[in-house]
Amino acid sequence: MAELAIIDYAMGNLRSVENALRQVAPPGDRILVTSDPEAVLAADRVIFPGQGAARDCMRELRAHGLEEAVREAFRTKPFLGVCMGMQVLMERSEENGGIECLGLYAGEVRHFGESPRDPRDGSRLKIPHMGWNRVEQTRVHPLWRGIESGARFYFVHSYYVDPTDHVLIAGTTNYVLPFCSTLAHENVFAIQCHPEKSAEAGLRLLANFARWDGSAG
Amino acid sequence: MALAKRIIPCLDVDAGRVVKGVRFVDIRDAGDPVEIARRYYEQGADEITFLDITASSEERDTMAHVVEAVAAQVFIPLTVGGGVRTLEDIRRLLNAGADKVAINTAAVARPEFVAEAAARFGSQCIVVAIDAKKVAFEAPGRWDVFTHGGRRATGIDVLEWSQRMAAYGAGELLVTSMDRDGTREGFDLALMQAVNESVNVPLIASGGVGNLQHLVEGVLEGGADAVLAASIFHFGEYTVSEAKACMAFHGIEVRD
Repeated sequence: MAELAIIDYAMGNLRSVENALRQVAPPGDRILVTSDPEAVLAADRVIFPGQGAARDCMRELRAHGLEEAVREAFRTKPFLGVCMGMQVLMERSEENGGIECLGLYAGEVRHFGESPRDPRDGSRLKIPHMGWNRVEQTRVHPLWRGIESGARFYFVHSYYVDPTDHVLIAGTTNYVLPFCSTLAHENVFAIQCHPEKSAEAGLRLLANFARWDGSAG
Repeated sequence: MALAKRIIPCLDVDAGRVVKGVRFVDIRDAGDPVEIARRYYEQGADEITFLDITASSEERDTMAHVVEAVAAQVFIPLTVGGGVRTLEDIRRLLNAGADKVAINTAAVARPEFVAEAAARFGSQCIVVAIDAKKVAFEAPGRWDVFTHGGRRATGIDVLEWSQRMAAYGAGELLVTSMDRDGTREGFDLALMQAVNESVNVPLIASGGVGNLQHLVEGVLEGGADAVLAASIFHFGEYTVSEAKACMAFHGIEVRD
């Protein structure tokens, strides 16, 4: 029986993440929504979600005394970053006039632009990038098991992750430009979309995470 | 374009029950929002919208319970509109499992409410619903915002209002033509085009869908990012999958 902690630092609604995990986690596993650093560190697997603005996200993380627990879980446990929980892993975000983030990976979080156009046909693209878009898997990963490359997931965001080291990229999505919608490294997997709201593909990803040992094989 | 156009079935809920008859042949209880939402989810709906038409505020909690039950089984975005007037209303619905709330009358009463809601919960969960009606005595191409289910005129120009709401942090606009709502004659395409050109946030077109061709027109001619429909799905005339097949046939990208 394993324990899975969803980190609650008052950044968005975690009910959906919890609901989806209850649906797909192995029977008997404990799903815990918690803002207690000890509980995070005691869990076998950790989900780091997040919605809203980067500045609030970093502030709340610190206000809840969770920054160290996130860093430690990132280093040692099967770790899933979702949406803002992916973005703040980077060094810096352009949001709110420039925000220092956790700096766990080299790279920036960039804005899509105020009124971007599709470079392929010049058509106007709306911001936020909202709806179902494809995630092209750029490499094999245990969390992609049973999910086709190009499967659609639900996105809603105006900023995207631009990692310095492209080896981290595990999936890309095309909107304004092909951007890094998934990164993976050792025990860490982070994704920009919302798997908990992405029907079968998303549930499969969460089911895979709930069984993942944190190895890249 | 890799981003799919969305199909959003809408359910009117009164005191926890779906109204405006839903007729599926093999459904046990045609008034149960959970069962109906689940059906649309299985058919491939991209999101589901619930419109709470409960008049009394005492029954506001009923909607939260409905959302809670749906969210435990349906893993796509859920939007709730109707009676969203305070930050506390929003918080309660989001905690119950809603992903977005649609604000209509409360935005007209106090536009700053939208800005406050977006600042507090993020634009991604704030949809501003606009009920638009053509104003015949004005110049062509003029629509006004109406509230209270289309009964009360506000004198506010829809296009100005759309821009203002987007500027205040609305993540999306849900525009319903009150002239077309319930007519099954198709969307007011001129209205949708005009709103689409005025703002840079996603547009959900609503009001008037009577067949699948109307959904196609909403996207190709109206410029909508998502199309919302109620009766064509409720009465079992079409499934969401048929709607998607029709849109795909016309070259529109949809989620399979």
